[in-house]
Amino acid sequence: MLQIKNLHAGIEGKEILKGINLDVKAGEVHAIMGPNGSGKSTLSSVLAGKEEYEVSEGEVKFKGKDLLELSPEDRAREGLFLAFQYPVEIPGVSNINFLKTAINEIRAYRGQGPMDAKEFLAKVKEKQAFVEMTGNLANRSVNEGFSGGEKKRNEIFQLAMLEPVLAVLDETDSGLDIDALRIVANGVNKLRSKDRAFVVITHYQRLLDHIVPDVVHVLFDGKIVKSGGKELALELEKKGYDWIKKEAAIA
Amino acid sequence: MTTAEKIGADERLIQGFSKNKAQLPGSKRIASLREQAILDFQKLGLPGRKSEEYKYSNVQPLFKEEASLVNTNLPAANGFSIEQFQLPGLKENTAVLVNGVFSPAHSSLNKLPKGVIVCSLKEAFSKNEKLVEQHYSKYAQSGTDAFLALSTSFAGDGVFVYVPDNTIAEQAIHIISVVTGSTPSLIFPRNLFIIGKNSGVQIVESFAAHALSAKSICIAVTEVFVDENAKAQYYKLQEDSGSASLISATHARQERNSHFDTNTVTLSGEWIRNNLEIALEGENCETHLNGLFLTEGKQHVDNHTLVDHRKPHCQSNQLYKGILGDKSTGVFNGKIFVRPDAQKTNAYQSSRNILLSDDASINTKPQLEIYADDVKCSHGSTTGQLNEDAMFYLRSRGLSTDSARNLLLSAFANDVLETVRIKELKDHLDELVRKRLEK
Repeated sequence: MLQIKNLHAGIEGKEILKGINLDVKAGEVHAIMGPNGSGKSTLSSVLAGKEEYEVSEGEVKFKGKDLLELSPEDRAREGLFLAFQYPVEIPGVSNINFLKTAINEIRAYRGQGPMDAKEFLAKVKEKQAFVEMTGNLANRSVNEGFSGGEKKRNEIFQLAMLEPVLAVLDETDSGLDIDALRIVANGVNKLRSKDRAFVVITHYQRLLDHIVPDVVHVLFDGKIVKSGGKELALELEKKGYDWIKKEAAIA
Repeated sequence: MTTAEKIGADERLIQGFSKNKAQLPGSKRIASLREQAILDFQKLGLPGRKSEEYKYSNVQPLFKEEASLVNTNLPAANGFSIEQFQLPGLKENTAVLVNGVFSPAHSSLNKLPKGVIVCSLKEAFSKNEKLVEQHYSKYAQSGTDAFLALSTSFAGDGVFVYVPDNTIAEQAIHIISVVTGSTPSLIFPRNLFIIGKNSGVQIVESFAAHALSAKSICIAVTEVFVDENAKAQYYKLQEDSGSASLISATHARQERNSHFDTNTVTLSGEWIRNNLEIALEGENCETHLNGLFLTEGKQHVDNHTLVDHRKPHCQSNQLYKGILGDKSTGVFNGKIFVRPDAQKTNAYQSSRNILLSDDASINTKPQLEIYADDVKCSHGSTTGQLNEDAMFYLRSRGLSTDSARNLLLSAFANDVLETVRIKELKDHLDELVRKRLEK
């Protein structure tokens, strides 16, 4: 589904990703872990299409298409979703109105007519329950005045509504207390399916207690320096990142 | 040759007055107000480049060409249907001006409560002489501004609204001011609204054009008197055609415990200046000044406001928002006076603007003059582009650049539109703004 080959990218002339290789298949959950500054957020920004990041080398294929050629909206319409680390507050734009517009534009891209209002509302109700969101939250302006936990739940709610084939979760666990973490993780687990893949970017292992990955990658200094099963995350938790840094230095 | 032109235009207007004054309506007292006003104009002259009040709005080019002056007869081209300018739900009480002259054929005033008068100002000059003389030209004083002076000199008609004490007009009154014609014209609609004690009224005034194929300048002045404990709302909707210029002034006087809301929405028109002055003459008044303007092409929109806090315990609130595209220009100048007597004043002002192009610009200037010590006053002004993070967030959910932009701009505009309390008008404005943003 997603194939990244030798991806080099950076911002303002500074190279941050220095040759990433990653192959994610439908149904898989990949975790990308790494210390601060290793390039985790750059990777998610490049995948989502943030314009200030420049790709200098390599390629990214999404469902066989050249992802880097697509505009951010076309990436979403093709089925890519990024759960932001810092969701943006947009005063005056209602969550529901925004989601309706998003769903209908995605449908139009796929040659489908707008979603029936009844069907849409039923879907809102169903998916809100996934992340234990109250009706009130969905009717408010996008993320405006939301707590950290509410913002992250809103990201997963949007994910559930838009039903992407590939979801990238960028540090979704940051700033969450145990309860919010459990709610968010439960929401994600309910959305796991054989057709949908996840890339979970995180600094800590604790999210992976709840969202159990198939593969764990360690990102360091812009490269994936180690890959393994879910036990790699536990090892990192126990030993920290220093041994990875040392290994990388030797290599 | 600026000086020569300036002298030319001023002279032309003064001579025009001498020629026209015999036909202008009103009592002897009104006639003497006209004479005084033309003297005021002679002293003031059309504002030049050095005028502080018109620093960013150059009026000289507007008056370069000779224009036919107002007369008190309806123009020949008045055989159009008014329906195109009417709003659903607001059709019952419609007062129509064509080139500033009241048109009975287009007007329908069927749902007025007992005692409420809505008629042409010309008619009121004779039938309601006492009321008119008590208020006319008192709140908009001709010595303070050249255009007020011109209005008081020349204005022969407009709409007169009188709501007696203890009367609530349930149905809004819709004034439609239509500009038409194929020769350049200078027109002077003049309104006087008198709202009695404990009364309430909603007035909507639309400025529009019909078959206008020449430059036109409209100098529109409205005086509003809001008596004790009365509640009045006045909405101005400016959707003139491209070749129309509008200089509009609203001067309101509020007595104690009164409540006055104004909303000025400007969607088109080549050159627009709005002067809005509110004098809080009694204690415990509340006043809201809201404005929204969307500009494109080479449009120019200037909003000048003045809230004069003269008595204690009053509250004023201003919110003006602008969305400027292409090479359009805007001005916001908001003055707040808090006089020594006006303790416990609450006065707020906010001017927020979005520039959609590198060539669009706005000058904003808050001006607070506070002479009382126990007051709460604040002002804020922002001008910027659309928030890029918000744009990216919306696009990353599948919205096109255009719909992301429209969603953000609608939200921005909605802060002002949601203060509109007449549902039909709010729906109409939402639709107009949506269409404009989708262009």
